[in-house]
Amino acid sequence: MRLTMDQRNMIARRAAKEIVPGMAVNLGIGIPELVADFIPNEWHVMFHSVNGILGVGPTPIQGEEDQHISNAGGAPVTIVPGASYFDSTVAYGMIRRRKLDVAFIGALQVNRRGDLANWIVPGTRVHGIGGGAELAFYAKKVIVLMSHVTLSGEPKIRRECTFPLTAKGCVDLIVTERAVIEVTPEGLMLTEVMYPYSLQDVIYHTGAPLLISEHLQMVE
Amino acid sequence: MYGGFGTIGSPALLIDALLQKGVRDLTLIGIDAGYPDVGIGKLISHGRVKKLLTTHIGSNPEAGQQMMDGRLAVTFCPQGIFAEKIRAGGVGIPGILVDARMWGEATDGREAVLFEGKPCWMEPALTADVGIVYAKQADTYGNLIYDKSARNLNPLVAMAAEITIAEVEEIVPAGELDPEKIVTPGIFVDYMVNRSGGNS
Repeated sequence: MRLTMDQRNMIARRAAKEIVPGMAVNLGIGIPELVADFIPNEWHVMFHSVNGILGVGPTPIQGEEDQHISNAGGAPVTIVPGASYFDSTVAYGMIRRRKLDVAFIGALQVNRRGDLANWIVPGTRVHGIGGGAELAFYAKKVIVLMSHVTLSGEPKIRRECTFPLTAKGCVDLIVTERAVIEVTPEGLMLTEVMYPYSLQDVIYHTGAPLLISEHLQMVE
Repeated sequence: MYGGFGTIGSPALLIDALLQKGVRDLTLIGIDAGYPDVGIGKLISHGRVKKLLTTHIGSNPEAGQQMMDGRLAVTFCPQGIFAEKIRAGGVGIPGILVDARMWGEATDGREAVLFEGKPCWMEPALTADVGIVYAKQADTYGNLIYDKSARNLNPLVAMAAEITIAEVEEIVPAGELDPEKIVTPGIFVDYMVNRSGGNS
């Protein structure tokens, strides 16, 4: 199923609730990029970009782009007060030293233990893993933002991943257009079901056993 | 070996010069493959490259196609490890230890070694015959200052090559750059090309 822009924004808005003021956060490509739109400026959240910026700000006004300030996807960005520039080893030093509070990441598959597959679909062209493995492994909290099912309707949350893994056991929370699911030591815990989907629909479209939270919320 | 992340911080004039010079069978070492018509990707599109050590080639479908056809040998490495391997090369260390639990998919059958109880991989440092970098400012001694996110891999490449060539926006007399702000000491820089005209 292809997500609508409204659904993508809804996922990003829900995921943004996991951020508290002052955090350092990395946003991956795709739906994660939208999360910044739901964070108030006065929270002083520092957005990290692996190409060497801590303190990424909003997209510049057209005509005011600086050709030497971009995010890791190559899009022009601005910086916020307190930002810094650094080389690639420092960018990954922050990651490896677990200075990033949250990494928001897209995914192809997640399994019941929080293993993440997001870098290659077997049989298609290989692009390389980039910085995905390091972000997923070292961020203090990893939140996956993705559609609940593939374009052909297959569950992306599965007992086992069939695609090559990016990192094992790294995912803490999954946010989709249908549900919010926590990865716990006991397994996947369903905590929220998004309107207009039903509990039965979420269970049916999830390829791994779900524990149902006793505080399960039906989100309007 | 080249600096740049996408097109940002890529030494465009030096890449064009390499194209015009006609060099071929190059081994390239850099963070990505640029774009088919912009940045380092031009060398790949013109069939000048036989080997590429990199982290991601998603922005250059031509590189992907050549890899599928067997014309271009591509070796991938996670980006942070890749940068650190170049840093090691630049400071004269033979290699680095990498947490094997992070990069779990061994592709070459290597066994992890235990170091202080942690499974690690030994990764060799990366060096190169020639490094090309982009900087904002240089002085006549070769000291370099970079430009915002155009810094990326450039200071690392500058130190890891036998011969380092810097493409710079401006060359000022030695003494005019604040020594506190210099990122790459000129001792690592062998040649400079001034974008605004004139070589040094």
